Amino acid sequence: MNTNLINRYPFIAIVLLTLAIFSSVDTAFGAETDDPLLAKVMIDEFENSLSTDSTTSWGAQGWLGYDLNKLWIKTEGEYSGGEVVDAEIQALYSRAIAPYWDLQMGLRRDLKPSPSRDWAVLGIQGLAPYFFEIDAALYVGKEGRTAMSFSSEYELLITQKLILTPEIEMNFYGQNDPEVGIGSGLSDFGAGLRLRYEIVREFAPYIGVNWSKKFGNTADYARDEGEEDSETQFVVGLRAWF
Amino acid sequence: MASKNTLSNIQKLVLEPQSSLSRRRFVMGAASAMMLASLPFTQSVLAASMRQGLTTLSGKLFDLSIDYQTVNFTGTDVRATVVNQSIPGPLLRWKEGETVTLRVKNNLDVFSSIHWHGIILPAKMDGVPGISFEGIAPGETFEYHFSVEQSGTYWYHSHSGFQEQTGMYGAIVIDPKDSDPVVYDREYVVMLSDWSDEEPESIYAKLKKQSDYYNFRERTLVDLFDDISDNGLVNTWNARAMWNKGRMSDRDISDVTGYTYTYLMNGNTPEKGWQGLFRKGERVRLRFINSAAMSIFDVRIPGLKMTVVASDGQNIQPVSVDEFRIGVAETFDVIVEPEVDNAYCIFAQSIDRTGFTYGSLTSDLALKPLIPPMDPVAVLAHRDMGMNMKGMDHGSMQMDMSGNDDKAMDMKGMDHSAMQMDMSGNGDKTMNMKGMDHGSMQMDMNKVSATGLGLAGYGSNNEIKHISSEFGPQVDMRAMSPRSGLTDPGIGLRDHQILYQRKVLTYADIRGLTPTRDKRQPSREIQLHLTGNMSRYMWSVNGIKFADAAPLELEFGERVRITLVNDTMMTHPMHLHGMWSELETGDPDFIPRKHTVIVQPGSSISYLVTADALGSWAYHCHLLFHMPGMFRRVQVNNA
Ligand SMILES: [Cu+2]
Repeated sequence: MNTNLINRYPFIAIVLLTLAIFSSVDTAFGAETDDPLLAKVMIDEFENSLSTDSTTSWGAQGWLGYDLNKLWIKTEGEYSGGEVVDAEIQALYSRAIAPYWDLQMGLRRDLKPSPSRDWAVLGIQGLAPYFFEIDAALYVGKEGRTAMSFSSEYELLITQKLILTPEIEMNFYGQNDPEVGIGSGLSDFGAGLRLRYEIVREFAPYIGVNWSKKFGNTADYARDEGEEDSETQFVVGLRAWF
Repeated sequence: MASKNTLSNIQKLVLEPQSSLSRRRFVMGAASAMMLASLPFTQSVLAASMRQGLTTLSGKLFDLSIDYQTVNFTGTDVRATVVNQSIPGPLLRWKEGETVTLRVKNNLDVFSSIHWHGIILPAKMDGVPGISFEGIAPGETFEYHFSVEQSGTYWYHSHSGFQEQTGMYGAIVIDPKDSDPVVYDREYVVMLSDWSDEEPESIYAKLKKQSDYYNFRERTLVDLFDDISDNGLVNTWNARAMWNKGRMSDRDISDVTGYTYTYLMNGNTPEKGWQGLFRKGERVRLRFINSAAMSIFDVRIPGLKMTVVASDGQNIQPVSVDEFRIGVAETFDVIVEPEVDNAYCIFAQSIDRTGFTYGSLTSDLALKPLIPPMDPVAVLAHRDMGMNMKGMDHGSMQMDMSGNDDKAMDMKGMDHSAMQMDMSGNGDKTMNMKGMDHGSMQMDMNKVSATGLGLAGYGSNNEIKHISSEFGPQVDMRAMSPRSGLTDPGIGLRDHQILYQRKVLTYADIRGLTPTRDKRQPSREIQLHLTGNMSRYMWSVNGIKFADAAPLELEFGERVRITLVNDTMMTHPMHLHGMWSELETGDPDFIPRKHTVIVQPGSSISYLVTADALGSWAYHCHLLFHMPGMFRRVQVNNA
């Protein structure tokens, strides 16, 4: 990674470094253990919009741990117009509670937009019947702030390597937070469709389309700032894990 | 010999040359001694055949060394762990009744071990680190010393870490003290294995990160459209619904596939192709050994009937078949009698049909056999989830495959011809299994011993019970009405009789050649459930992994029945060390003895064990990457 890139994408750099530390964990185990200490870094989305403002956004997760207990890091954000406009990171303890479900608790920090906000997190992540991947969480912040997020994804195999992934995501907030442009209730909803080709399991470029819309006071705050309350983006990106 | 099938004795016409303790450097695809001699072939033809065989060591004293060695099976140089510089290691030829000494020098920089698979011996000679002994430290030599009390085809392999995957295995052939009841003119060991250029630790880590990493046979949109056009939308939806609700794949046959594996026969890739010679009219004995780490094979020789004469080294009443499945660690000896000069293909396809290996049995080394195409991919059926399919009605399916629903299933008076299952791991569940129909388990319910257990030889008549340790995030499925694994040829082979007129060996076909030694009824029954969570890639017995499990205690001299219930959709070859697993195939007088028993998905199978070996023994699934969790220590205590 060249320094220029690090300058331009500071948060991505931090995230990648954190994840690199994870991946450097040696998988040391002998005959005695079935449950070695492992780490996985998954960059679900790292994509550039094809529109004129050329927004770069990312969504990544990494875990370090054992079969049933893991330290989990999640991050997502957006880089646009020469600066990071949106970035959050979560550090969670993840514990398996059912064959397909993990209970996750920990902290979330919204680094951007400023001022930053901190939250306590209680979430559930796993695979629902019919193979829907679910990630849902409740957040409690300072000054009575509360929030909720829900996302779901489905993998449709067109061939063994060509995979279509519809995805939805929504966020709710308990109260207005005009400083960061968030209104109470359903604040935003996004739907995406990505078509990736797994050159190998770990490495898959994709193309996709994202539609997102802001609602309620959040939409008002956005309009006040001269932004659109909904947008459609065509993206190219990369999914990778190790 | 008391059996009606006793065969007359005949001398073996051809024996391997008794090669001395060879320390020759083994180069892949190059020199190694051929397992036959005395046939008048030209020098050049013989030279061509020289690369194909196994080095044989025989006698009473054996020096074996464990080393790292660079090998190249795929075009890439990779470090292997090997015994005496070759893959497979040397074929060890022992004689029943003799005492053997094996000095094993470990030149690796990690602990190692050799386990003599299927050999009945004192516990401390069994070679399982942490159970039988400490293991062999780097630079150390361990001396194994024991008397050989059996004959037949066996093998050896490392029991340390994942060394077996990187090349540490070899064949053992033990000649009988008395005359061999099996008549043959010529013999070959046919050792099947799987090779990967990937480090086994890396394979295991990948499976933990994405359990279907090696599976490129998942359902696609194309399949879906095909199914809809064949069966209609509603039927397709119904057929898929159960799998989708359960978050399981009916294409989940093997964890590790031909995507990374190159399948070998006697250390030869399919590109090289092992060759064995015959002269027409000869009876050729083929000693099949599955020494793969993770691969179950289906074996046939198009154009030749195979007469199975031994299973796991033990003579059985001959069975004529066209095809057999060989689980990891099993051995089968077959006799073939090619009557015309030809090149026959010994074809071994992996259970998931992602690859194969082959060799040829040929009258002329210049002849190339016709390699048949692999059979279609097996797809798991509902029965593989342990559901009873008799008169099944998809509309009335009762099951529970979710992870978080409130469940209270009343099974009283339940029609067991409808299917039931529970694939969840939590939630409140009450299952009353009373009145369960065991008719589907191929047992004669009238035959009950004084202890209330099913009669010896006929298998379990006990209820299938899923105990509380089977519920949790570590277990994704429980078979509610497991079938008998006895008459089932296994997934991917079930229709071969109908489709191809190929008779496939089943365990129900196997009868011991000699009468059952211990005719006692079992005094108790131990029901063990093979469990796992496929997507988390966790494996266990009764939901408890080895690290957390108490040993299984047996009393010296007792006769027990072990019933294995497979609560997963994978096929598990279960191996008990130190004692025989006497498989109950329906004939109490001729119970066959095995060391490794395949347990079909969603089914159950029973065997008897006479606890005649004091000490601590290993008991585990022989799929290398299941073994760390699906493992028990068996402790045989003095009464
Ligand atoms: Cu297994």
